[in-house]
Amino acid sequence: MTNLGIHLGLLLVLPPLLLGVINKTKALFAGRQGPPLLQVYWDIAKLMHKGIVLSSTTSWVFVAAPVVGLVTVFLAGLLVPQGPFPAPLSFAGDVILFAYLLGLARFFTTAAALDTGSPFEGMGAAREVTFACLAEPALFLAFLVLVRLSGSLSLAGMLHAPLTISATVEAAPLVLVAIGLFVILLAECCRIPVDDPNTHLELTMIHEVMVLDHSGPLFGLILYAASLKLFVLGTLLLHVLFPFQAGPAALDWALYVLELLGLAVVVGIVESVMARLQMRHVPYLLTAAMLFCAFGFALLIR
Amino acid sequence: MTFSLALVVGAIALAGCSGLPGLFCPRPGRWGQKAATWLVVLAAVAGIGGAAVALAGETTATWHGIALDALSAWFLVPVFLLGALGSVYGESYWPQASHPVNGRRLRLFWGWLMAGMGLLLIARHGVVFLVGWETMALTAFFVIATEDEQATVRSSAWAYLVATHLGTLSLFSLFALLRKATGSFALRPLTVDEAGIGLLTAMFLLALVGFGLKAGIMPLHFWLPGAHANAPSHVSAFLSGVLIKMGVYGLVRILGLLPAPPVAWGVLLLAAGVASALGGVLFAIAQHDLKRLLAYHSVENIGIIVMGLGLAVLGRATGHPDWVLLGLAGCLLHVWNHSLFKGLLFLAAGAVVHATGTREIDALGGLGRRMPWTAAFFATGAVAICGLPPLNGFVSELLIYLGLLRTATVPATPVWPLAALSAPALAMVGALAVACFVKVFGAVFLGLGRTPVTEQAHEAAPDMRGAMAVLAAFCLLIGLAPGWIAPLLSQACACASPGTQTGTALASLAPFAWLSAANGALLILLGIGVAVSLRLLRRHPVRRPGTWDCGYAQPTARIQYTASSFAQFLSSIFGWLFRAHVDRPRVTGAFPAASRFASHVPDLVLDRCLLPMARTVERWLGTFRRLQQGLAQSYLLYILVAVLAMLVCTMPLGEIIKRWFCR
Repeated sequence: MTNLGIHLGLLLVLPPLLLGVINKTKALFAGRQGPPLLQVYWDIAKLMHKGIVLSSTTSWVFVAAPVVGLVTVFLAGLLVPQGPFPAPLSFAGDVILFAYLLGLARFFTTAAALDTGSPFEGMGAAREVTFACLAEPALFLAFLVLVRLSGSLSLAGMLHAPLTISATVEAAPLVLVAIGLFVILLAECCRIPVDDPNTHLELTMIHEVMVLDHSGPLFGLILYAASLKLFVLGTLLLHVLFPFQAGPAALDWALYVLELLGLAVVVGIVESVMARLQMRHVPYLLTAAMLFCAFGFALLIR
Repeated sequence: MTFSLALVVGAIALAGCSGLPGLFCPRPGRWGQKAATWLVVLAAVAGIGGAAVALAGETTATWHGIALDALSAWFLVPVFLLGALGSVYGESYWPQASHPVNGRRLRLFWGWLMAGMGLLLIARHGVVFLVGWETMALTAFFVIATEDEQATVRSSAWAYLVATHLGTLSLFSLFALLRKATGSFALRPLTVDEAGIGLLTAMFLLALVGFGLKAGIMPLHFWLPGAHANAPSHVSAFLSGVLIKMGVYGLVRILGLLPAPPVAWGVLLLAAGVASALGGVLFAIAQHDLKRLLAYHSVENIGIIVMGLGLAVLGRATGHPDWVLLGLAGCLLHVWNHSLFKGLLFLAAGAVVHATGTREIDALGGLGRRMPWTAAFFATGAVAICGLPPLNGFVSELLIYLGLLRTATVPATPVWPLAALSAPALAMVGALAVACFVKVFGAVFLGLGRTPVTEQAHEAAPDMRGAMAVLAAFCLLIGLAPGWIAPLLSQACACASPGTQTGTALASLAPFAWLSAANGALLILLGIGVAVSLRLLRRHPVRRPGTWDCGYAQPTARIQYTASSFAQFLSSIFGWLFRAHVDRPRVTGAFPAASRFASHVPDLVLDRCLLPMARTVERWLGTFRRLQQGLAQSYLLYILVAVLAMLVCTMPLGEIIKRWFCR
């Protein structure tokens, strides 16, 4: 029960901090002081009190999309176990629910972008759905490797399996899958080198340009959902990257939070040392992620 | 004959007669149509009633070559449901008053089409089956050719007719082989010693071609997009939702009869399924025609259905009852689901065509404001067809995924990588479907209208909306409570694969209760979220200016991203497959003249293989055409020459030559 409470608490409270850590890391690399760690919380709080500007061309889809985005990512967060603890919701096949919940969010986010009738937002939406077509099979290849290693069809069973793996033969596919999942994380959360959250040129963005017309509380929801998505996908990746267990529950929770913050630092470092790829080169990166996962799969064919 | 079979037979007779009163009513009157609709609705009530009894587990004995079991009943339900809803929809979509000439014909053939499908579903005798099959196939030709004054309609109807004849030819051979093996035309399970593997494989391949042509499996789909796009929309819904499922029924039924399938059959079916699913959705993305796009999605969904079937065959071949059960359950449930959401989508597309008079996606836009109900129904169908929670498409795709992923949990089976790799392919299909439906939903219903036709658009009539509402409600119901239909599903699975133990097994393999809980939670949370955001909208000051245009001084609806531009990135990635014909505008000089850009993606099989091949053959055979001048004298000459040639053949040539040249 306590663990369930901590799971929910972390899921609801921690995500904006990750964005803060990424921004702080980038500022350090750039030699700036940077915004405070908690800045994203203040941003969301401020947005929640602002007025709303709704384009006259929009319909119910535009208002519904941020809600769908938040609810689906939150539900997906209930399926992913944190650290060595069980997930609140877990059943055989929940891994498919996880992927398709993110698909539902994508459907409505991109539809809302088209709802505004803005060419820029159409551009962003087209990129989002195109890249997803390459990221989705990569994700499922990664899941296949985990299913094969664990023999389980639920996310909790699959993700806790690396804890018990000792043989090098079984660890090798996991390394490849970890690389693939990291690229998927960068793409799905729209970080550099796939997308630049800081750019001010609408022509070159994906996520930020799709939500160009959202404002006030609706935009607050979107910002929060984006950080939640980073949190959920990061948690997924951590199981493969650090399948370690401390022992006592309190230590495990602390270790998990530390790993998560460490992952945010890594994302920040990647953003600082890399430039954004040309838009037409992004499919190559995603195909590479798919191939990494496919090689992991090939290692398991016997 | 039991009561349930009598109900179904009565329903078939009623449906077959439904168009007859209309023939005796005056052309401009509406009573013929009313009578037809009522008769079809009555038939549907009786038919679904009879099917429900059979789905509850009652199997009747064969009576004069017909019988009813859960598998037949499973496929009868969409026939009657969509038949009735299509008729009701047609009251406003194709009213007798505005279609005095072809309306009566359409309704007559509609009834016969239903009757033909009903008959083939309850047939247990090869000849009865073929009578039902041909009734369906030929009446389908006439309903596709309803608007035969248009050249495109005629050419797609002819393509359909050629395809269906090819299919029937292989079915004739199939039943002939079946008779050779069993000694009768009765459709009964074969035993291993009745037929060798060669004969069995020949039967399997003939079934795959014959039924695959009707179902529209990828290389055999060439007739499908044109026929479904050019028929009236409620006919398209019926064809796409129900008719192509008869091919699936045939495959499932015949595979249930053939004993001990080898692994290769399952692999072939799985590969065909993956090819169909990926090819269908990819070509759908490249379409500009709303109904053609939906038709290609039927190819995609048939692919998903065939993947389930392939997994089931693979399971039978390797002795894994759980694969059989999950594959068949996914296959059969997706048959229902596809009927529901594809029917819904075609009916909504029909409402758009009715309101605007065009099927061109890039000519539409912003219809959501003028047609809010239609937009909501289309969105429901779109979410369902993408397999997204909380609707029905998710449940059936989940069953297939579960089966495919389970193959990876078995320690040592040589075929597992093939089956398991279908799962990422299915994931890609899902993501591509999302891309395609965001494109079409966004371009048709959201944003601003691109051409003046959108300004006179009107909401669909109440009976059209009613038909769509019923389908949408079923989509939601199956998504929220899959546990309710699980018992019916396992009955149908037990019929489709005798020998596999079912009953409680399906419920233990598939997490129906969890799905209900998750989908319910999603819906409740969404409801709360929407309520909260509506409260936010009410409490916060809301301004409604135009869309942010980055300071552009004169925004117009034409600067919106069109459906073609939305799909451009994906089309460029898959350009090697599409080979689009592109008309690029020529822009020269300081003041270029008006110019336009057009692109068209030809079908892979019909336009790029079959038609060029047919043209080549035609050219070769064209040399013989000069023999046929239409002159009676020359035909007499041919006859004379032929008679002489035959006489020469009868002569003892060797004798003559000997006499001439020997001394």
